[in-house]
Amino acid sequence: MVVPLSHFLVVAGLLLVMGVFGIFMNRKNIIIIMMSIELILLAANLNFVAFSGALHDMVGQVFTMFVLTVAAAEAAIGLAIVVIYSRNRGSIEVEDVTLMKG
Amino acid sequence: MDGLLILPSLLPELALAICGMALLVIGVLSKANVFALVSYVAVALFAAVGVLVFLAPTCEIYGGLFVTTDFTRFADVLVLVGAGAALVLSLDYNVREDIARFEFPVLVVFAVLGMFFMISAGDLMTLYLGFELQSLAMYICAAIARDSLRSTEAGLKYFVLGALASGLLVYGISLVYGFAGTTDFVDLAKTLSGTPGYGTVIGIVFVLVGLAFKISAAPFHMWTPDVYEGAPTPVTALFGTAPKVAAMALLISVMLGPFGHVVGQWQALIEILSVISMCLGCLAAIGQKNIKRLMAYSSIGHMGYALIGLAAGTVAGVQGTLIYLSIYIVMSLGVFACIIAMRRKGIAIETIADLAGLSTQRPGFAAALAVLMWAMAGIPPLSGFFGKLYVFSAAVSAGLTPLAVIGVLTTVVAAFYYLRVIKVMYFDAGTPDFDKSAIGVRLVMTVAALATALFVFMPGPVVAAAADAAKALMG
Repeated sequence: MVVPLSHFLVVAGLLLVMGVFGIFMNRKNIIIIMMSIELILLAANLNFVAFSGALHDMVGQVFTMFVLTVAAAEAAIGLAIVVIYSRNRGSIEVEDVTLMKG
Repeated sequence: MDGLLILPSLLPELALAICGMALLVIGVLSKANVFALVSYVAVALFAAVGVLVFLAPTCEIYGGLFVTTDFTRFADVLVLVGAGAALVLSLDYNVREDIARFEFPVLVVFAVLGMFFMISAGDLMTLYLGFELQSLAMYICAAIARDSLRSTEAGLKYFVLGALASGLLVYGISLVYGFAGTTDFVDLAKTLSGTPGYGTVIGIVFVLVGLAFKISAAPFHMWTPDVYEGAPTPVTALFGTAPKVAAMALLISVMLGPFGHVVGQWQALIEILSVISMCLGCLAAIGQKNIKRLMAYSSIGHMGYALIGLAAGTVAGVQGTLIYLSIYIVMSLGVFACIIAMRRKGIAIETIADLAGLSTQRPGFAAALAVLMWAMAGIPPLSGFFGKLYVFSAAVSAGLTPLAVIGVLTTVVAAFYYLRVIKVMYFDAGTPDFDKSAIGVRLVMTVAALATALFVFMPGPVVAAAADAAKALMG
């Protein structure tokens, strides 16, 4: 049985929405924000792979490889920033990130 | 034929990449602190790359993945000016703030490499990779003062919102790829010459949102004030100049290149971004007491004016935006040099009220900042006026008179807070007692103030170069 393209797009769209809501609705923990960012990138990856299959074109899969690499680098840098932040602030709760406002 | 051109036309990027890695190795292997050495080499490298940009032939290589034209040359030079001056400003500041790490100049070199790829992108893949290389380096730069809570909080905020922006950008790219069937700019322009489908339009909107984050156009500006305030001042000077130019150049070349035929789908969005940015930039800055926050809102407003040229979508509009950007980065480098010079008994101070009485103690400093503030407000005959003149006249001739009218009105409101800085310096009593600033800071301040004041006598080269660049882009 072949899964139609639209199913992939719906799942990817849901992942994107979950990721965006995870960033904006989340009041608890910065690590959850990092996970939400990964979800957004995975949504894009799922799109690329699904389109690549549907179009019989390799560009999408090559793009996915690049996105995966970038996602790894981004997670490394993001976690490093969270580590130095938590060292200075003593907390990684989103509600505590309020030194500068206005 | 293609193979013969690859090496010469990639020379600037190869020089940046190889020297960046060499500097990293030097920094890691040497026992002493080599911050100053690495910084000087990086500034010299930027000067050399500025020459290489003009020596490299203009062509498309790797099957259109990487494109060099007069347009990319113009933007490349602006990026080099911004990044080079930010490094000069950091030389003394980083030592005094005890953040003299050799990683900073290395990161700036890699960020500039990413910006070059953004500017020269001929394919959505090159665009994304350049964008990410630039962003990843800049996240670390914002948090470079790793023992300071303000700097790390700035880095965290910039990272979260920047990563969201690049996520939305790549999601948009995936939709454009899927519905148009290609990521190549030339093929995209051909495919999208008819009426585009909904999927493509949604993709274009996501790409636009991702890039609007980077140029801090409202309503995607929320990171700007906090990051400007929290990051070390030379890093803020970098944020305010080079990445803005690169992202704006990318926005122009993407919107008018591959998406140029579907101008009706995105023109209204650019106009909305521009109007909201201009209004927010002028209104939100009024209540600011911290001069770095003031500059953040000011930069949001300035990006609104620069977007007017893109909204016009004509050769004159692109030329106006390029002139605006070149004038803007010189002005803002000068203002940031002045902010770095605000230091009392070894402690950096950032409130506008601290400038009171500056005109009696340091007349030269006060005069330079006054000239830059007048230019930011757009008062003739200083350079800031001509930037606005070119974008507004392009908007009027493209039939976007309402946009130009809103631009003029917001300029009037914005003049209030620029002139307030001058009022504090010249008419309020006080003793700033600023420390003597380093030679590099004074050099950037003087050159920027002179260039801003004397632009009116020599506008020819910039205007002509911007005209060539705009023609090269629009064909």
